[in-house]
Formats: sequence, structure tokens, C-alpha cells
Amino acid sequence: MNNNNLYQYILGIADNSLILGQRLGELTGHGPSLETDIACTNMSLDLFGQVRSYYQYAAKIAGDGRTEDDIAMLRKERNYLNVLLVEQPNTDFAYTMARQFLFDVYHFLFLQELQKSKDLTLSAIANKSIKEVSYHQRFSSDWIKRLGDGTEESQKKMQTAIDDLWRFTDELFHQTDADKSMVSEGVGVDVTKLKDTYYKKISDILEESTLKIPESKYFQKGGKQGIHTEHMGYLLTELQYMQRAYPNMEW
Amino acid sequence: MSEEKIKNLEAQFEERIARDEKIEPKDWMPEKYRQTHIRQMSQHAHSEIVGMLPEGNWITRAPSLRRKVALLAKVQDEAGHGLYLYSACETLGISRDEMYEQLHSGKAKYSSIFNYPTVTWADMGAIGWLVDGAAIINQVPLCSTSFGPYARAMVRVCKEESFHQRQGFEIMLKLANGAPEQKDMAQDALNRWWWPSLMMLGPTDAESVHTEQSMKWKLKRKSNDDLRQQFIDQTVPQADLIGLTIPDPDLKWNEERQSYDFGEINWDEFWQVVKGHGPCNKERMAARVGAWESGEWVRDAAMAYSEKQQERKEKQAV
Amino acid sequence: MSDKKTWPLWEVFVRSKNGLEHRHFGSLHAADADMAMENARDVYTRRNEGVSIWVVESKHITASNPEHNGEMFEPAQDKVYRHPTFYDLPDEVKHM
Repeated sequence: MNNNNLYQYILGIADNSLILGQRLGELTGHGPSLETDIACTNMSLDLFGQVRSYYQYAAKIAGDGRTEDDIAMLRKERNYLNVLLVEQPNTDFAYTMARQFLFDVYHFLFLQELQKSKDLTLSAIANKSIKEVSYHQRFSSDWIKRLGDGTEESQKKMQTAIDDLWRFTDELFHQTDADKSMVSEGVGVDVTKLKDTYYKKISDILEESTLKIPESKYFQKGGKQGIHTEHMGYLLTELQYMQRAYPNMEW
Repeated sequence: MSEEKIKNLEAQFEERIARDEKIEPKDWMPEKYRQTHIRQMSQHAHSEIVGMLPEGNWITRAPSLRRKVALLAKVQDEAGHGLYLYSACETLGISRDEMYEQLHSGKAKYSSIFNYPTVTWADMGAIGWLVDGAAIINQVPLCSTSFGPYARAMVRVCKEESFHQRQGFEIMLKLANGAPEQKDMAQDALNRWWWPSLMMLGPTDAESVHTEQSMKWKLKRKSNDDLRQQFIDQTVPQADLIGLTIPDPDLKWNEERQSYDFGEINWDEFWQVVKGHGPCNKERMAARVGAWESGEWVRDAAMAYSEKQQERKEKQAV
Repeated sequence: MSDKKTWPLWEVFVRSKNGLEHRHFGSLHAADADMAMENARDVYTRRNEGVSIWVVESKHITASNPEHNGEMFEPAQDKVYRHPTFYDLPDEVKHM
């Protein structure tokens, strides 16, 4: 591959949407209300739409005959580059919304910068996606407020979810070698520069939601190097089931 | 109101329907009309919602991204259709929560087809092709039913469902033209879903209790047996086209009737499933009740938040 | 049933494209106006059906009573002079 860094860089972006979309897809038919169910599926559909654009582009760059589905479903676990945050399970609706919120705020800031990429395909995908993600951010922020400032029970559940998922937020701002090389070429986004704005935005919403901002300084990382939490293997088992059980077939 | 006056109103009411006038929620209507519509519409809505489960079962395992988004969109549409139908039903003075209670307690029924398991990917094809195919046959005539909100909901539902059956047939087509293993998978799915799909169109006319009244109110345009025949006649050539075999040794073209003759339906199985003893009745109900109960704190929180916001606004205004 | 408050019902009106009026699309449940707006967007414009949405809580709508339809609407039926066809003009008059 003549542009392995770009290829890896695209996977790093796309895998986040793939894994989060997959998690949201698990909920279809099981949401707390019909309306909320429909809304979460919409977010899942947005994310999978983005995923397809990224992987189709990655497939073109790889140029080895692999398709978007090969890239999405036929890698080994160690080759998925998503952050740990997005693979965390739907423990309850508070976890689902907390995960969404903590990712959406990052995702929006990230796409804002990616729009300026010198790579025209990436900037075009960012242009389209940012409208979707802008809505996701509004949706999840609203739910943080409702659950945070709702009942005593909901506040407790929301606080637990935020406290628990907080340790995965720092990784959003780590850079891999591929990231650094893409930043230096004007293609990639320097995520380290998004960190302060991110935590400011998050803190503002949490405060408004009467939630405490976690103080823990201990963070987890590894997703960007393909070292995932134990949840990931099960998620991939489902995602890859058909492609693994029936190799080399068209669907 | 005197009995005579009610009789008079009823006669006028029936005349309006016979003239193809629509009945709207606030119009006077016989109590039986209201109850029948609540029953049928809520049953229809429940079927959409429970119907999300067997297909939702394969969302995380869809074999390609293209199939995954199509399936997600389809299952989501079913949530939407349930919502339209619950809303239409609410115009008759029953709340969605009350309808849920009826579903969860087993008092209200839903289409028995959704009590069969989806065991392979091909089942997504078979459901789209056969189950949605049978549903369309049932639903299209409802677009001109007499109760306005129901008719309007059905117009929207039918418009949106137009891609559902094609989505399923395309899955079957791809499998039928694929590797031998894929073709076997498709045939196996057809074998398992064929008979339940025929049952889905309802008991035979001889056993059907509501037909005459339903015809008058345009809740039905054709009898169950006629609908079943229509479904068979349109589906058999489609199976031929993709090289799959309908699992009925008695199936034969009848030149004289210009229709297919077909074998005996196992109605014992049908009634067993309707009475709650199908392969997945318990799982389907557990999933619905589970979603409702584990969502309770979420719904309460949203309500509490809304009230707090309202209070704050009022305080600010003072 | 408990007296617990459930999400109220809202009516949704959608403008399909600029130049057209908002039309009643259906209803939904939501805890507050913001949620009703989000739900309306997610439920009723999944297929690009709209450019503008109104939501109003159903209880705020005052509806006419169909039992009064006679006095409400029939008196307008015989006011034929409100319609252009009431007036006889020679065929030679164009553009009127």
C-alpha cells in the first residue's frame, strides 16, 4: 500500500462510528419509549452511513481488491482502531446516553476540523457528517440534562454512568504515529488541540444537569493501538458472524 | 338517549359509511364501532412493535453494511408504524399506556407470525418477502377504511412499506443465486415461513367471527380465504422465478379457476400459537415487558425534568 | 392504574417545502416541547419529508363539536353570491 498512514488514519476515524453504530443497533426494539427507540436507530443509521463512506475510501486506497465489508468485518480484533469508549456496553439507558454524549461532543469538534482537511474526500465526508453529529450532540446533551436533573433515581444512574465512562475520555486526544504524520501533511486533525474545549463543553453540560464532574485522573487507553476491553471480542463475534461462518460469499 | 334515537343514529351512521364518508374521532359512533376499532388498531400496532423483535434479532449480525442499514431502517419503520397506529387509536379515547398494559398482560393479541424464531439470515429474506407480502395484501384495502385516522395512518404505512418487501425479496434472490449453502439456507427459510405466512391471513371464512361486520365498516374488503388465495397466486410465480420450491406437495395450478390449489393448513398449530404456546411467545413478551419496565425510570425522569423546567419558567415570569 | 404522569400527547405539523402550508402529520408522545420537536423530526421526517415543524400539545387544541355542524357550517352553503359563477357575464368579456 503506498499510503498506509492515510489508510490507518481513516480506519481510526471510521472504526469509532462502526462500533458505536453497532452498539446503538443492539437497542432497536428495546428502547424506553417508541419515540426514543426511533431516535437511537436514526443515530445508528447516520453512523453506518458515515462508516460506508470512510471504508469505501479506505478500500480504494488499499487497492488490493478488498471491499468496505471486508474492511468492516474481516479484520482481527487487534486491527480495530476505535477508542475504548465506543465499545462499552448498553448497561442501561444512562450508560447509552453518557457514552453517546461523551463521544458526540468529541466527534463534533473533530469533524469541524476535518472539514478543513487537505484531503478532499475526507473533508467532504466531514461536511456531510457534521450536520448529523450536530444533531446527535443536541439529542444526547438533552438526555444528560433530563436524566441528570430528573428524579433522584435517574440522577444517581446518570452520575454512575458518567463516573464509570469518564476513564475512557482521555484516549480521545491521544495520537498514533499515523495521526501525527497525517497532521503534518495537513490531512489529519490535531486532536490534542481539541482537549480543552472538549472538557469545557462537557463540564458545562454536566453542571447544568446538576451532575458532578468526575475528578479521577486515572484514564484507560489502548483502543487506538488495537488493545481493547473484554467487551470488544463479543461485539466482533456478532458483527463478523456471517462473514466468518460463510466466507467468500455475496449477500 | 332513547333507544329509538340511538337506532336512528345508527342507521344514519351506517348510511354515511355506505356512501364512503369517513368517520372522524369526535363524530357520534356506535359503541361497537369504537370497541372494534380500538381492538383492531391496537392489535395492528402491537403486531408492528412485536414484529420488530424477530428481525431486530439479526441487526448486529447482518452480513454486509448495505444489508445492515436496510434492516435497521426497516425495523425502525415498524416502530414508526406502531406509533402511527397507536396514535390513531388514541383518538378513540384509549391511551398508549393502556394499550401496552393490554399487550403485556396478554389480553391484547398481535399477529401470531412473530412468535416464530429467526434462526438464519435467510429468515430476514423470508420475512420481508412473505410476511410483508401477506401484510401488504391485508393493509392496502385499509387505506380506504371508514375510520379517518386509521385510513390516514395506513396510507402512510403502505407508502413507507413499499421498500420492505423488495428488501426481503432481494435477500432471497441473492441467496438463491449464490453458493449451494446459501441456496439451501433460502429454501430452508421458505420451508419454515411458508405455512405460518398463509395462517397469518387469518382463520378460514367458516371460522372467522368478525367478517360480516368488518366488511360493512370497510375494515375488510375481502374474506380471509380470498386474501390467502391472492397471496398464493402472486407468490408462487415469484418462488419459481428464483428457483425455490414452495413446501406444499399439493400445490397445483387449476386451469379452470385460474388459481393455485393448495394443501391443508395445520390450524391446530395456528390456534396453539394464538393461545400463547408458539415457539417464541414467551420470549417476545419478555422482551416487550422488559423494555417497558427498564425504561420506566427514564420516562419518569423526563417528566420530572419537564415539570422542573416549567416551574423555573413560571418563577422567572413572576 | 397509578396517577403517575405519563408523557403527554403532541400534534405534529410539517411544512413539506417552502411555499406550502404546514400540514397535520400525526401525533406522538413527549415529556416537553424540546423532546416533542426532536421526536417529531425523528419520527415524521425520516424520509426527507419536511423543512419546518410545528408541535403543539394536543390539549391546547380547541376543536369544534361535530354535533354543532349544522349551525356551524350549513349556513355557508347557500351563500352562492360569494362564488364567481353566481355572476352572469357575456362570453365576450375576457380575463375576468
